[in-house]
Amino acid sequence: MHDRIDSRQAARFVADGLLRFDALVPDQLNRDVLAELRSERLTACRYNDARVGFDEYFADSPAYLAVLRLPQVQAAIAGLVGPEPEIDHCAVHTVPAGSRHAQVWHADATIDPRTEAFDIQIFYFPHDTPREAGGTLFLPSSHFRRVHEFSIGRYHNIVGQTPTVCPAGTIIIGHHGLWHCGQPNLTASTRYMVKLRLNPTVRQCGLFDRSDIDHPDVMSALQSHHRWHGVEARLEILQRLRLWRSLTGTNADVDLWLTRLENEPTRSLSMAHAAG
Amino acid sequence: MITTAERTRPTRKKQHLRQQLLFLYLSHPSPAADTIAWSRFDGASTEEHGSGDGEQPPYPSVLAAMRDGWRVIQVAQQAPPALGLEHRTAYLAYEFVLERLVETTHA
Repeated sequence: MHDRIDSRQAARFVADGLLRFDALVPDQLNRDVLAELRSERLTACRYNDARVGFDEYFADSPAYLAVLRLPQVQAAIAGLVGPEPEIDHCAVHTVPAGSRHAQVWHADATIDPRTEAFDIQIFYFPHDTPREAGGTLFLPSSHFRRVHEFSIGRYHNIVGQTPTVCPAGTIIIGHHGLWHCGQPNLTASTRYMVKLRLNPTVRQCGLFDRSDIDHPDVMSALQSHHRWHGVEARLEILQRLRLWRSLTGTNADVDLWLTRLENEPTRSLSMAHAAG
Repeated sequence: MITTAERTRPTRKKQHLRQQLLFLYLSHPSPAADTIAWSRFDGASTEEHGSGDGEQPPYPSVLAAMRDGWRVIQVAQQAPPALGLEHRTAYLAYEFVLERLVETTHA
């Protein structure tokens, strides 16, 4: 087990805006967190205006705190937002049994003009979530799109949308801009999902393990296509490349797409002749 | 005032025209391009449509929907990107709105 995610994982995050870890949390810990949820020791949506640390913020929910301290979760946090991130807020999503309400598509929360820094959101599913229980519907690779929360609510279905059908203990770590929405819960049981937003406190450069940065899966991920991007696919790749450059301190490129756009020569014709 | 003739006329359910809207989002601005997203709003029924309620697009393109009787009432407008934002993306760019009028007995 590494203490930070590797380059291949980071590249997938940059490309898709999320990393998914199925059944990461042990069963007993899932049950302990469910007990905290049902007894409302972990409840509602709480903003961390006082900027307290993890121990104080989650003093009443030690089981959930233990989830956050799992090595794989710590490795993802360290690799994406770095050491000592601050808690932004934690929101418990509770969907009653038989709820037919489908939340409209949205991004959290206001338009975010940042180009390099980003927050992460940790989505934790403490029990099995079949499709009829809903789960959160995500749109992979939507995180670069600048939209204001529910302003995308007119869309119902998008090719490539992915419902979170997962075993208990699954964790999805998403970029703050990722489009998502809660789904109806047609089962006879309450559905829970816990979401935690973290803010970085350091510049997000050189955070993940780059020993595998030359692995072909890295560039393959950065160039991957999603059908719903349509003719805008290359624009999405340009944005991935810019973020990747920022995260790695390199001049990574795909077929000179960024390099040619940056090519504005200042050398005069006479200088060129003199050099020749 | 109800006339005698109206009283004796056989009972017929009154028909009303109601609008159905279909939003199709395409992969590029041609109406023949692939559908990449869709939404339905049905004024002829009380059925609710919402996020995640479908897995396959109802039509592969706007053109296919037109051939099935849908009328295009709005095509995607195209504006040049703002200076400095040429590479930014936001909403689904190629939105087409289609309508169909259907008869219903709902008042």
